Amino acid sequence: MSNGGRDRFAAATKAQFPLLERQVHGRPIVYLDSAASSQKPRCVLDAMNSYYETINANVHRGAYEIAAQATEAMEAARAGVARFVNAPSADEIVFTKNVTEAINLVARSWGGANLGPGDAVVITEMEHHANIVPWHIMAAEKGFELRWIGVEADGQLDLANLDRLLDGAKLLGVTAMSNVLGTLNPIRRLADAAHDAGALMLVDAAQYVPHLPTDVQALGADFLGFTGHKMCGPTGIGVLWARAELLEAMPPFLGGGEMILDVRKDGFLPNHIPHKFEAGTPPIAEIVGLGAAVQYLDGLGMDRVREHEVSLTAYALRTLEERYGSQLAVHGPSEPACRGGVLSMSFRDIHPHDLSQVLDDRGVCVRAGHHCAKPLMRHLGVPATTRASLYVYNDTSDVDALADALGVAGEFFAR
Amino acid sequence: MAGLEDLYREIILDHYRNPRNRGELEVPPAVQAVGFNPLCGDEVIVYVDVQDGVITDVSTGGQGCSISQSSASMMSTAIKGRSVAEARRMVRAFKHMMSIHGTGIGGTGDDLDDDGDSGNGAGDVKLGDLEALRGVVKFPVRIKCATLSWNTLVQALDETFA
Repeated sequence: MSNGGRDRFAAATKAQFPLLERQVHGRPIVYLDSAASSQKPRCVLDAMNSYYETINANVHRGAYEIAAQATEAMEAARAGVARFVNAPSADEIVFTKNVTEAINLVARSWGGANLGPGDAVVITEMEHHANIVPWHIMAAEKGFELRWIGVEADGQLDLANLDRLLDGAKLLGVTAMSNVLGTLNPIRRLADAAHDAGALMLVDAAQYVPHLPTDVQALGADFLGFTGHKMCGPTGIGVLWARAELLEAMPPFLGGGEMILDVRKDGFLPNHIPHKFEAGTPPIAEIVGLGAAVQYLDGLGMDRVREHEVSLTAYALRTLEERYGSQLAVHGPSEPACRGGVLSMSFRDIHPHDLSQVLDDRGVCVRAGHHCAKPLMRHLGVPATTRASLYVYNDTSDVDALADALGVAGEFFAR
Repeated sequence: MAGLEDLYREIILDHYRNPRNRGELEVPPAVQAVGFNPLCGDEVIVYVDVQDGVITDVSTGGQGCSISQSSASMMSTAIKGRSVAEARRMVRAFKHMMSIHGTGIGGTGDDLDDDGDSGNGAGDVKLGDLEALRGVVKFPVRIKCATLSWNTLVQALDETFA
């Protein structure tokens, strides 16, 4: 995408996001924290409002008109989400609170039924805590081994010992895109290796589905989780996609209403998938909002979204290199085509918390901290980084504002 | 909106660049406690050596932002040579200043004015040093940075008498 084409794309999308019209500290907001949570386009906000204003009612089992309409809206969203990631069936889309809950569901339900002493689960050093802690919890309970794929200096996974690590493993869990390094991992290759070893493949796609065309079948995944609020949708709604036969065989996760066919004094009969895993009243408005978000992204075209982000990431890496050279390190792969638009920076010896404070003073929103990836931070040898992340509404002016604000911070702390 | 100058007072940056009482103490006789700020990954280690109810030596380690590190440095100079009871009063006063509804150290001056500027063994404790952190309260996200070393000190003192 050319500079002009890139900024025309971003200008058209930016106009759809009401929050991006506001100012902070008297300056136009420069929002560079979409890897933590994206902003929401007007169509998503309108869809949620419209749900509450016209068809709000509890879903399923209501005989009256608006209950039927609410159910229809929810199930239409499920079908839209299924199409968006090329799931073979909408029944394979389980709504959860977020990816964290999706992975906990797999760990607790599938892991509880299938893992024990002598088994192993393999994850990587670049996982988000959401794909680490559930396995720590279950390992302590079930006595299986947790194994780790390391990270190399260029931010890629060290796959030299993959076969040995997978030997005897029952599950391989990998992030499709690192939320710190931006690394795009070779999911298909890893899935094939896992399957060859008799293990299942779980993909944390929280940072992937919002930014790249996603085809769960082509990726070769068995489980794949993503979350609405990082892809223009609301908070409180996430998705676990899993192959139907796995979901059928797994025991329920949470028990309660909606997830049953029958309840007796001596037991219960679980509902069909996906409802078996959706106990209680779901976040209906949020599901409707997520449905509108995937429609919005579909309208933009995920190929164009990816093209825009590769182009803008290249511009950002080039700009930061030109302005600050060796004073600023961007962790992760240096080639824009091999990474997402997540720029975790170390700038001089300025602590990320201090750096982000000065950037905030200039209206630039970035994230400072360990990004819920403490094993990776220890590997990188830094306590924290300052992370700027790009999305559909960002343009070169946002990158320039970041570069300018870094200069201000440099001067401020050189006093 | 509070300006950056409210937060990054010169004395704070001085303690950040030239931290006092930095390092480790031998454990035992000293006691060590580690505090984490889960928000940003900062880590502060506080060592205290208490003899006959008096903090004879204190040292801090770990890594963190200018606010957490300068606060640890100021805390170490403020409590060194004081009795444990005085140190605990100072912790309360400091945390009061760091609470959004606090009236500041001035409002709880009884705790500090009695002994804030008087001899304490370290010789360089000034109420003014701690006052410099007052601006942090205008940046609520950073309050935990400022209080990290103080909370860790309490852990260390509790452990001393555990």
